[in-house]
Amino acid sequence: MATRFTPFICILKRDLIIACRNRYELINPLLFFIMVIVLFPLAMGTDQTMLRDITAGMIWVTALLASTLSLDAMFRTDFEDGSVEQLTLSNYPLTLLVGAKILAHWLVTGVPLILVSLLVGYILSLSYAALMALFITLLLGTPILSLIGAIAVALTIGLRGGMLLSLLILPLYMPVLIFSMLAVNNANDGLSISAECYFLAGLLVLAITLAPVATAASLRIRLS
Amino acid sequence: MLLSLVLFAVGLYGGLVMAPADYQQGDSFRIIYIHVPSAWMSLFVYMVMAISGGIGLIWHMKIAEIVARSSAPIGASFTFIALVTGAIWGKPMWGTWWVWDARLTSELILLFLYLGFIALQSAFEDRRVAARAGAILALVGIVNIPIIHYSVEWWNTLHQGPTVTKFDSPSIHLSMLIPLLIMSLAFTSYYFSVMLTRCRSEILEYEANANWVKELLTTKTASI
Repeated sequence: MATRFTPFICILKRDLIIACRNRYELINPLLFFIMVIVLFPLAMGTDQTMLRDITAGMIWVTALLASTLSLDAMFRTDFEDGSVEQLTLSNYPLTLLVGAKILAHWLVTGVPLILVSLLVGYILSLSYAALMALFITLLLGTPILSLIGAIAVALTIGLRGGMLLSLLILPLYMPVLIFSMLAVNNANDGLSISAECYFLAGLLVLAITLAPVATAASLRIRLS
Repeated sequence: MLLSLVLFAVGLYGGLVMAPADYQQGDSFRIIYIHVPSAWMSLFVYMVMAISGGIGLIWHMKIAEIVARSSAPIGASFTFIALVTGAIWGKPMWGTWWVWDARLTSELILLFLYLGFIALQSAFEDRRVAARAGAILALVGIVNIPIIHYSVEWWNTLHQGPTVTKFDSPSIHLSMLIPLLIMSLAFTSYYFSVMLTRCRSEILEYEANANWVKELLTTKTASI
């Protein structure tokens, strides 16, 4: 226990401390999220019934975009100052170390996004059932976004252009979005959402087991 | 190449001339002789691409990397053909070019996966690194493919999409089925001939400085 998981916890702590020191970078995705939410009523008019129909989808799409934009920060500074290379050189399994970085990224960007989404959903008068479905799907979905995103970030690290990153990730994000929106719509109609939630949970387990391995392999390829 | 041309000719003749018109759709059903084989091939080529990418990743076989690399544009064009012919068929049949049906959406995601793969390939200077990075992306995407395709049936039962594929049931008449099978053989042989041609030029380009390429060129030009 002490040997294998100490570096995991060390990296987790280090990343969280760094994030806390750069508070503005922490807030930026949230600001982006709120601003994009504001864009929708401005673009589509302020018809209340129409807006209520698209609120949940709007929140999910915006959360997805915000997490895409924040992904880049996961490895960039560490890659530039060489600490990623040190990680790959260490004796500990790189998969575990990368897992710590992904977990830290989710805690720093995913969790605040979930909270803000709930607040926004409440203000925009989502029904209680839809709000709960939104919460559950975001809780299961945002870690998947971070995990899948980590692979793509590791692949494109050091290449210029965030556009390539988005091109690679967005097709992989689509199933998550589809199932989440199915769940929210079912909840809106008063139906059960357990099937979609089980599916998302299954995806999450798959991503947790495979994504750190793939991320570690991609990092090794990029640094070789 | 010759084989695929012959099969194309036979299949098209059988499909366009010999097969009887459908009792509901009339003659416009005949587009399936292009649409269905290209849709099958779009999946098949992706599997070839991902598996050979994986082989290249594990055993560092250069030829497997080249196969993966040269398959991607062909697969993307098959996917594109499937989408376009589907849209052309959908206009008179459903009255619309595009429906957000599960099968259409999943095929579109597949196209995005291909394009992301190609974009990633072209982003690297070094071909070996590009091939290995692309292989990881293709393998991640392969996890996505069954998810997308099982969600098809699942989604249809929920939403009752406007279409059900005819070939799930064996209700298709033999005179329509045989040209279809010939056409899919034609598409397969076309894929392999184009893929091998692309591989050949890739290898020549890659080994442009090697001695055997120079010898080949000099003997070829001498014999001409």
